[in-house]
Amino acid sequence: MTAADLETVYEALAKQLDAIAQDKRDLFLAKLVLLLSHDLDDASQVLSRIRESAANIDV
Amino acid sequence: MRPAGRSDTDSLYFDYPHFDPPAERDALSDPVPVAIVGAGPVGMTAALALAHEGVRSVLLDAKDTFNDGSRAICISRSSYQILERLGVLAPFLEKSLPWTTGRSFYRGQQILEFEMPDGLSEKFRPMYNIEQQYIEQFLWQAIDREPLIDARWQSRVTGVEDTDDGVMLTVEDLLDRYHMKADWLLAADGARSTIRGLRGLRLKGENHEGRYVIADVQMNHDYPTIRRALFDPDCRRGGTVLVHRQPDNIWRIDYQLRDGEDASDAIREEAVRASVASVLDEIGHSGDWDLEWWSVYSANTLALDDYRDGRIFFIGDSAHIVPIFGVRGLNNGLADASNIAWKLAWVMQGRANAALLDSYTPERRGATLDVFANASKSARFMAPPTAGWQLMRDAALNLALSHPFAGTLANPRQMSPYTYADSPVIAPDDPAFSHGPVPGAPLPGTRVGDGFLSDCLGDGFSLITFDGALERHLDDLDLTIVSLPPASDAAARLAATSSSAYLVCPDAHIAARWAEATPKAVRDAFTLAIAGDTT
Ligand SMILES: Cc1cc2nc3c(=O)[nH]c(=O)nc-3n(C[C@H](O)[C@H](O)[C@H](O)COP(=O)(O)OP(=O)(O)OC[C@H]3O[C@@H](n4cnc5c(N)ncnc54)[C@H](O)[C@@H]3O)c2cc1C
Repeated sequence: MTAADLETVYEALAKQLDAIAQDKRDLFLAKLVLLLSHDLDDASQVLSRIRESAANIDV
Repeated sequence: MRPAGRSDTDSLYFDYPHFDPPAERDALSDPVPVAIVGAGPVGMTAALALAHEGVRSVLLDAKDTFNDGSRAICISRSSYQILERLGVLAPFLEKSLPWTTGRSFYRGQQILEFEMPDGLSEKFRPMYNIEQQYIEQFLWQAIDREPLIDARWQSRVTGVEDTDDGVMLTVEDLLDRYHMKADWLLAADGARSTIRGLRGLRLKGENHEGRYVIADVQMNHDYPTIRRALFDPDCRRGGTVLVHRQPDNIWRIDYQLRDGEDASDAIREEAVRASVASVLDEIGHSGDWDLEWWSVYSANTLALDDYRDGRIFFIGDSAHIVPIFGVRGLNNGLADASNIAWKLAWVMQGRANAALLDSYTPERRGATLDVFANASKSARFMAPPTAGWQLMRDAALNLALSHPFAGTLANPRQMSPYTYADSPVIAPDDPAFSHGPVPGAPLPGTRVGDGFLSDCLGDGFSLITFDGALERHLDDLDLTIVSLPPASDAAARLAATSSSAYLVCPDAHIAARWAEATPKAVRDAFTLAIAGDTT
């Protein structure tokens, strides 16, 4: 993924999050993760990404 | 519970029998080889399984009739295999409703349709729905004509003491209080087991989130025998509802109480009627309905550490409580009964070593723990215990509206047969096999001629071979030889060549298998399967 592509995704996600009611954002993100995991088709990679994303969360 | 004005046994469709205490009283205190406490479905099955092996038993129950209301309604293929081996299946097949399909809905939209494993190689369907009263009635009819079973109703066991070579029971009925010696005791006295209490034993495990009301209603409702699960339906936001069809136009409505909903309030008749009416509205039933019976339960996974205590074996709900939406409560208990019955009989008859009895706990408790693992998954999906589980559950259901793959997370997986993995009497697998069923697994279904492989098995151990030479060296062993052609459906299913063989236990689990069988290997595995030499 190019830097430009990453930026496109970043912006789309920000806009979509703003378009969704605050109390539904968790639901939206969880759906997105399930869907992308299905596309990725690699459970062990998803598991390590879950661990990595949890790092530094309280910084 | 039943509607106001109707007694516990005043059913819309079932005539409860009434049983008196024993009239013949001379021999009540005579010693017996096996006593069974509890004539629920598990105790009755154990008595029939012992009689099938030629063992006499006394079956004691405190009540004067069957269990009130229909509790367990889903009977699995493996249970039908057990009932068939006992020769009591015919009335079950006639009465029950077979099913293979489940449908799950989220907010009124179908998100999943699943099929349980089935096919032409299977003699029975994966599941059958039948009310528990009929289960008990059909078992009772077989017991009533079985001279080896002495059934005593209104006979409560109130004491049990160890003796040198058995137990001494105290039994109370309306007329008397007497003692009876038994060489062996099967405690089939249910979730609140007296025997468990008398022995100072406790169930251990977890209580899960979620309390459910089960209500049976009678109505003319046009829907096939398909399990319906309604997640977050309009009639019960935040909760889960299950709907099952039973014979006699009876429908099981099983709904989850909300957090903070008071259980004692929720089981008042008016509250149950209102909740049921809203479920029926949701599933599009607008006609009349009658309320038959209801009850409340929570999802527990509880078991004894050891199902054996000296000469006492715990079978059924006395040994384990499992969440009922796994539909394993009763099915697991029937497998307990079948497992201990043949082992006890073989040991009592000197056909197996006493150590065989120590395989009961690892095999059957192992099966319970497997149910716990599956049921805990279902429980977390049906009633998410924390915010994290709730969010992921809702995400899966919501995603399933547009992407069906996510709906598979709602599959309750009720039908995975259990493999006895940690049994001291099951041989390790032959590494030469790359597929086919492993030792400890139930023998799979496959066709043989016009029938099925299970029809070919003997009453005791069976050796399945694909080559006439092997059995000539084994005719001294206490087993039935089943010779099958090497080019057959069965051989393919068992990954067998002409020199392969399978040793099968009396309960149709595989004891050992060989890609290249030798008489010595068969002999060794048979000795292991009966826990050592008996000579
Ligand atoms: C309200 C309720 C709803 C249920 N719903 C479902 C369901 O939907 N699906 C499912 O799979 N399972 C369900 N179950 C569980 C299922 O009914 C049990 O797994 C099954 O009945 C267990 O059979 P059992 O023979 O081990 O015990 P039980 O059926 O409980 O039988 C025990 C017997 O022992 C007798 N007894 C007890 N103490 C003594 C004593 N001291 N002396 C003599 N006799 C004694 C009792 O009278 C009783 O007849 C439900 C259970 C309950 C209570």
